[in-house]
Amino acid sequence: MKRFEGLEKLTGRTLFIDDLPLENCLWGATVRSPAARGTIRQVRVPNHLEGSGLVLVDHRDLPGPNVVSLITDDWPILAAETVRHRYEPVMLVAAESRAAARRAAAQIEVVVDPLPAALDFRQTPTAEQIQVGDDNVLKQLKIERGEVDEALAAAPIVVEGEYETGAQEHVYLEPQGMAAWLDGEVVVVHGSLQCPYYVESALTRALDLPAERVRVIQAATGGGFGGKEDFPSIVAIHAALLAIKAQRPIKLIYDRGEDMAATTKRHPAWIRHRTGLSEEGQILAHDIEVVLDGGAYVTLSPVVLSRGMIHAAGPYACDHVRIRGRAMMTNSVPFGAFRGFGAPQTLFAIERHMDVIAKQIGVDPVKLRRLNLLTDGQATATGQVIDDGTDRQQVLSRALDLSRFTYKRSQHTAFNAEHAYLRRGIGLACFFHGAGFTGSGERAMKSLLHVAGLADGRVEVLSASTEIGQGTTTIFTQIAADQLRLDPEQILIAQPDTWRVPDNGPTVASRTTMVVGRLIERACDNLRERVGLDAAATGTELQAALVAWHEEHPDEELLGSARYQQPPGIEWDDETYRGDAYSAYGWATYVAEVEVDLRTYTARVIDFVAVQEIGKVLNETLARGQIQGGVVQGIGWALLEECRWQEGGMANHQLTNYIIPTSDDVPSIRVAFLENPYPHGGQGAKGIGELPLDGPAPAIFNAVAAATGVDPRVLPLVPERLMELIEQ
Amino acid sequence: MIEVTFTLNGSPTTVQVDDTERLLDTLRDRLALPGTKEGCGEGECGSCTVYVDGLPANACLIPTFQVKGRGVETVESLDPARLAPLHESGATQCGACTPGVALTALWILDQPELLKTHSLRELMAGNLCRCTGYNGIIEGIRKGLTEQAAREGRD
Ligand code: FES
Ligand code: FES
Repeated sequence: MKRFEGLEKLTGRTLFIDDLPLENCLWGATVRSPAARGTIRQVRVPNHLEGSGLVLVDHRDLPGPNVVSLITDDWPILAAETVRHRYEPVMLVAAESRAAARRAAAQIEVVVDPLPAALDFRQTPTAEQIQVGDDNVLKQLKIERGEVDEALAAAPIVVEGEYETGAQEHVYLEPQGMAAWLDGEVVVVHGSLQCPYYVESALTRALDLPAERVRVIQAATGGGFGGKEDFPSIVAIHAALLAIKAQRPIKLIYDRGEDMAATTKRHPAWIRHRTGLSEEGQILAHDIEVVLDGGAYVTLSPVVLSRGMIHAAGPYACDHVRIRGRAMMTNSVPFGAFRGFGAPQTLFAIERHMDVIAKQIGVDPVKLRRLNLLTDGQATATGQVIDDGTDRQQVLSRALDLSRFTYKRSQHTAFNAEHAYLRRGIGLACFFHGAGFTGSGERAMKSLLHVAGLADGRVEVLSASTEIGQGTTTIFTQIAADQLRLDPEQILIAQPDTWRVPDNGPTVASRTTMVVGRLIERACDNLRERVGLDAAATGTELQAALVAWHEEHPDEELLGSARYQQPPGIEWDDETYRGDAYSAYGWATYVAEVEVDLRTYTARVIDFVAVQEIGKVLNETLARGQIQGGVVQGIGWALLEECRWQEGGMANHQLTNYIIPTSDDVPSIRVAFLENPYPHGGQGAKGIGELPLDGPAPAIFNAVAAATGVDPRVLPLVPERLMELIEQ
Repeated sequence: MIEVTFTLNGSPTTVQVDDTERLLDTLRDRLALPGTKEGCGEGECGSCTVYVDGLPANACLIPTFQVKGRGVETVESLDPARLAPLHESGATQCGACTPGVALTALWILDQPELLKTHSLRELMAGNLCRCTGYNGIIEGIRKGLTEQAAREGRD
């Protein structure tokens, strides 16, 4: 099936929130902190702005508590006495035009008495820099299995390594934006977002309103990648506060510069490995330390840390594992959800470390991986016994074949000898990604989904899962149509609107197709049962039954429903961090071939092969597109995208100097799937959204190491960094 | 305010604009054509691509007075039938870059001779896409070129 809304998007008819007319609206803008940390002495509104009809909102206008509801109540909606990062919102303005609002916001001055800022998460904070607890640690976790110290002491070889990754900006092409208005007693918010029910709960709390007086509707959303998981709650509350104060509709739309400066990003990370090995390279013990930069507030850092740590030992067997992790508070923009959620950082470290080990002990990197890859019956770091029937060796073999790994390696030796300035190399990464929420998250969420049988015989899927480009609408249509044996045209997908759709959880964690897709199947079965049909019923029979039901029950709603049921045999202990961290994993091997120019110190990816086992592939074009898009985002993170920090603020918050890949910076991404249907996923699928972010960076770094002989360990590998390494 | 007259999607159009107003805002805010998007506002992303006298240009960098007497075409003027190959190959995901991508893609289809001196990836490099990784876009254009060549062969 082709992308459901594809033609509408290609012809420019898809309307995003900034494209929708909003009658009689005012435009909002945000006044932000100029300092990384300090006490707000004064907010100076110039005289000519006072009494000019401008609407001003600050923390005193909040009916409810001044916090964005997430994990910890520490993230203010509008800073009151103190600020903890540059660009932190302090005041809101609304004016008759977008330009007037922005002009006014620029003229309002936030005067801050500075305090010592904690700007480097790798350093122990000084007493003056401490702002959280007695050490600025936002969250600490430990995973432990076996006897790590003994195993390390007994290991014939121990290899150590430190690795570092930088922040990454999402650069969804449509910046953050919300409209808000009052519909009688009800506050309506309409905008660009991933998780309508997150926004709803943040709004009800901040505005001190019951859920029935808040309505959240998703507009067409131009990309999210995690960036529209946490942050839209803030934008929505801001827009709503202005609408309430002004008693007029509000549009609050960020421009690119504001979006890049003020919104959450991927967590920077520092990771240290100590690995005990046998002479042949079998991993005997892992001692891993993971430190994340959490930024100014907790946001989702504990969960990002946890996912990062669970993936930190890679897809390898080892009986003695210790992984210690912490997220540090610093005075920079809060780091938040970004596709991969901590796993790209830790998988970069382990997969680069595997090549470092291979070189140090003189074993071929492919052999080293083959020797250690998990086989069914062996356990991961959390003690989860993997038994899914996937042939991980085969995933690796397929990637080697497609990339002609061995042949290319020998060819490169000749190429490099012939060329004065060009160096080629090839590198790989083996990895996995847990799909769905971690541990007992799905069980706690208790997702609920409905499908409505309509009076005209069509069926409407009522789900809070959002289409943000990844293909939700198409996949849901396909699953419902297949399950009910209907033409796709007979299926409607409701726009996520908290007044119409039940809460089946956020659109995150690669869970939509796998978890929610399965709910659609079950809700469809339930609908069929409700009209007295069994699984053998044809689509025509079903449609006739729906029409007949409605004739008998005029003005009643006919719903088939399903609530999440945990697959059997899943056990997780949140206290000890032991057990089945995810109900399913995607398995992958990626291979990158690079060319390094020794004159310009640039590394370019010239070929890329991505092989993965993701359960059943439901829609080849969509699945391939997810992988290719993720890989290119990963290439950007590895080689081009560098957030430059100045006093905790992103200095290069523009697309002119924060460089994301263009079509000409990347090769065609060659994708292959191995299929091993997952019985508890929608039509046998496992999640794929995040997996492709994990593999590119380590594969590329390993390729650069192979090409040049240098040992890059800090990401991104921008020319300046590569130059230092080569010239050393 | 100044008055600017130009041809918009084939029709003569006169509009009052601020002296420094960007064509992007004139199209979106005054002429109710929201298909042209703002992705960066500084000429980097190509979401605001329009044709000016048949050439792709970034509407965020063009003051509206400069299009006086010229022909401007926006995504709203495109023939949906010509976009089918892009649709089939997965050239759009979130859709935010897509109007700009569609305009540049069809411009290439209209001037296949460009491919004698430039690669498709070079020609598309002015349109950033954060979702597709570009494969779907490049394949879609290739498909369009092949189908077009086959049609021309038949005529
Ligand atoms: S908005 Fe014009 S190039 Fe980005
Ligand atoms: S489709 Fe989302 S940016 Fe291109």
